Amino acid sequence: MPTIQMNHEVFEKLVGKKLPLETLKDRISMLGTDLEKIEDNVIDVEVFPNRPDMLSEQGFARALSSFIGVKTGLRKFPIKKSGEKVIIEKSVSKVRPYTACAIVKNLKFNNEKIIEVIQLQEKLHITYGRKRKKVAIGIYPFEKITPPIRFKALKPEDIKFRPLEFPKEINGRQILSQHPTGRDYGHLLEGMDMYPIFVDSKDNILSMPPIINSHEVGKISDETKDVFIECSGFDFKVLHICLNIIVTALHDMGGEIQSMELVYPDKTIVTPNLDPWNMPFKLDYINKWLGLDLDEKKVKVLLEKMGYGYEKGHALVPAYRADVLHPLDLAEDIAISYGYENFDAIIPNVATIGQQSKIEVLKDRITESLVGLGLIETSTYNLTSKTQQNENMLTHIPLIELQNSISTDFDVLRNWVTPSMIEVLANNKHHEYPQEVFGFGTVFKKDTKQETGILENERVGVAITSEDVDFTRVLQVFDSMMRSLGVEYKVEETEHDSFIPGRVGRVIVKGKKIAYIGEIHPEVIRNWKLDYPIGVFELNVTELLEFI
Amino acid sequence: MHEKKIAESLHPLERAVLPNVSRATLVTDIVKKTDLQEVEVIRALQWLENKSLVSVEKTEKELVLLDKNGIFYLENGLPERRFLESIKKEAYSMKEIMEIASLESDELNSCIGLLKGKAAVLLEKGKVRITDNGLKILEKEMLEEIFLKRLSQGLDKHTLKDENKFAYDNLSRRKGVIQTKTIKSVTASITEIGKKVSSVKISKTFIDSLSSSMIKDGSFQGKDFRRYDVSINVPKINAGRKHFVNQAVRYIKQIWLDLGFKEMEGNHVQTSFWDLDALFVPQDHPARDVQDTFYIKDPKYGKLPKAFESKVREVHENGGDTGSLGWGYKWSPEIAKENLLRTHTTVLSAQTISKLKMEDLPAKFFSVKKVYRNESLGWKSLFEFIQVEGIVIDPDANFKHLKGYLKNFFAKMGFPDVRLRPGHFPYTEPSVEVDVFHPIKKQWIEFGGSGIFRPELTKPLLGTEVPVLAWGLGMERTIMQYYGITDIRDLYKNDMKQLREIPFWMR
Repeated sequence: MPTIQMNHEVFEKLVGKKLPLETLKDRISMLGTDLEKIEDNVIDVEVFPNRPDMLSEQGFARALSSFIGVKTGLRKFPIKKSGEKVIIEKSVSKVRPYTACAIVKNLKFNNEKIIEVIQLQEKLHITYGRKRKKVAIGIYPFEKITPPIRFKALKPEDIKFRPLEFPKEINGRQILSQHPTGRDYGHLLEGMDMYPIFVDSKDNILSMPPIINSHEVGKISDETKDVFIECSGFDFKVLHICLNIIVTALHDMGGEIQSMELVYPDKTIVTPNLDPWNMPFKLDYINKWLGLDLDEKKVKVLLEKMGYGYEKGHALVPAYRADVLHPLDLAEDIAISYGYENFDAIIPNVATIGQQSKIEVLKDRITESLVGLGLIETSTYNLTSKTQQNENMLTHIPLIELQNSISTDFDVLRNWVTPSMIEVLANNKHHEYPQEVFGFGTVFKKDTKQETGILENERVGVAITSEDVDFTRVLQVFDSMMRSLGVEYKVEETEHDSFIPGRVGRVIVKGKKIAYIGEIHPEVIRNWKLDYPIGVFELNVTELLEFI
Repeated sequence: MHEKKIAESLHPLERAVLPNVSRATLVTDIVKKTDLQEVEVIRALQWLENKSLVSVEKTEKELVLLDKNGIFYLENGLPERRFLESIKKEAYSMKEIMEIASLESDELNSCIGLLKGKAAVLLEKGKVRITDNGLKILEKEMLEEIFLKRLSQGLDKHTLKDENKFAYDNLSRRKGVIQTKTIKSVTASITEIGKKVSSVKISKTFIDSLSSSMIKDGSFQGKDFRRYDVSINVPKINAGRKHFVNQAVRYIKQIWLDLGFKEMEGNHVQTSFWDLDALFVPQDHPARDVQDTFYIKDPKYGKLPKAFESKVREVHENGGDTGSLGWGYKWSPEIAKENLLRTHTTVLSAQTISKLKMEDLPAKFFSVKKVYRNESLGWKSLFEFIQVEGIVIDPDANFKHLKGYLKNFFAKMGFPDVRLRPGHFPYTEPSVEVDVFHPIKKQWIEFGGSGIFRPELTKPLLGTEVPVLAWGLGMERTIMQYYGITDIRDLYKNDMKQLREIPFWMR
């Protein structure tokens, strides 16, 4: 989740009230953000992804100011008509069909403000813009642009400009391979014949979204006063909200918002539009959901503390809010406004009967039996390695591999738990013998009958090691356990590469093979760098459950 | 009387050792006298010391011993003797002497210096001749030679006599002749009370250990039993144990069982459909990133449940019949089919809800099971950990009940102060972060997420919109805090010593 940094003093000015430190910390947390820390005049806050409008100092301060009651209700954002146009050509329709644009004038940029704007742009890119896939944002010094601006697509070879912070002019394809930002985001244009560009009436290329701005006309400096902002992507509504988030933040920074005409092939739209929209809701419904008994007057006050307006039966939602999909989204904001801390904690008197799952009951009984026999329970991971499952065990069992594990020690799902038990012994070589352990584990194997194509079973594994462990000893443990569980079984001779030939058996219960039992092959023991004989059994608990 | 009691409680080993202890008696001497093993003597001395009958002292001595060259010299004579012997009859050149006396060149050189200093040799026309003085020296045993002979047993460096000291100084300057070693030795001295106990006459007929035949034939009658020291420490034995994390899991499960919750089961590998799509997590949500979630290589895709596919698609695209706007994008069945390791047990909640009928309500479910996150193993991160999941499906449930269940649970876990804080999850509204107050660190600590399931989740799965209170809480941190464990990996390292000795979960 994105964190933003804010200057404490500037923030206080924006909020319009000084709060004692502890109160400020508490209010920030209870507004619905994770306060990381407040230190040396810097506030670090983690903003949840549903509130991209709080990714700027201005947006955050606006929300907090309402929440603590300084300036509540809908804010007014005056918009002047600039009369400037952005012409969207048909050629972008297959590449990056939409843009939403605006101009903000009379900004007094200094280094700190430039950093703030870039921070907002980057955080929006990463979160709401889904790493520029959904939204790419460009902010340009308007003074260097000669309108009207055109949004069109060209062959990459025909796009030539000097990208931001690059020594020379190169073409569109070269940008993707040579410019660092091109390399990071080039995959977004992969496979396209044409790349989108913004270009002004003098044929100066402003940028090639979603990759990079031009160094000449796409870089804000402390001399910049007026900016042109565009958001481009595939869903106009999303772009528009993103644009609104930016222009309202710039407004709160002291800028003057001016609209532009977007001339699409089939229609003309004016952006930004900062009129709030209506979300109707039923008060009873929200009261029931929250367990409250609010009247209209009270709800109005609560909504206004969250920056909304209220008119009979519906909320007026600010044009920069991206997360209001359902009346219950209002319920959450009403709850926040009411204060989560002010809700009573109630356990209702509803009679339901508790019940442990059958397999867990069986696992508890198995545990009881094995612990009684002096075995120690272990807890091992279901993720493991091919070395553990196969190489060390001298087996070639097909394993289910993970696509993307960051660790090679844990990149397959286990097929059996015996290797996990022997691994435990291998990690405890320096401790006192005898060692007698058991553990439960989920095992995985392919099975096309399953919804996922994978069958899962619960198993219990036992491993016993000491100077004089043999088949008899491990069968005694197994037999004692099965007698406790009241299950009759027989053991048949079988073969298994991990065991000593002639000392491994398959356990059969009512015709079903549900366990292996035997003495581990000395080569396997050597593979694990262990020195003493090991006896094991591994029982399929899921299948055993059928006979209980 | 007191001494008699003590005497009667002595172990046979103690009884054998005690009379052989006087003042600063060496253990090795006791071993010789008693014919016992050294370990037995040491054990007996420890017991006796515990009873204040002897005092045991460990001393360190620096012993001077022969080194490699020293052993050789002792057998074949010191280089200077061999040097003089070789020219006893006739003068020779240095080279010839070296051969006859079989000396190394450094030995030869040091001999020349040494013997000239003693005026034992003269150099004439390139040859070395022995002097009268030299002949005299040859007749006597040198101090160094005497010293070397004594070293075969080793001498205490700090009690060397003057002549030995002189030889020691000379020889220690020479390479590999002598060496010093620190030797630890144990001595025991008898105490006053020890003497008294030692002098007590013990009845010869006392019984050391009781046997079955004595009981049967009554031969113990009229005899005394050796008294035991009942305050002794005994060697540890190891019991079977349940894993301490599972003890805590069992406790947590019991809390929910007592509150009338039923336990849920389900698969670890799930399709994205159940883990994410059914939970209204948009398909471009960062939670689906490969950095966070383990995907399965093969089989890469699972099947979509026909009964729910289109309903889930609709809520994502336009909200369906839930009154929601939906996410407003084109939903892809391909993405939903991808197999992954469940990122939360909320997937079990979704599947449980999908199987419920209206007449089953109200209903409550829980699970305490593993979930997976693509992280590397670190002192504060695991890729496989346990989540405490709970849902309450009740037409009359509301936000206050959610707070009630959570407060109750954490109070039983030992955290009476719980704070619900606004959070964000795509599938709950309101969404809640659950913090508990850490009594030692004196700060709020995040313990998990919670909320009421959105209609976009419940309506497609259940058919009707019913409030579902839900939570997914971390558990490892509670256990770590209880056991004072600071490295999360220590919960699952399966160290035998830890598993044998860690106390039970006592809540």
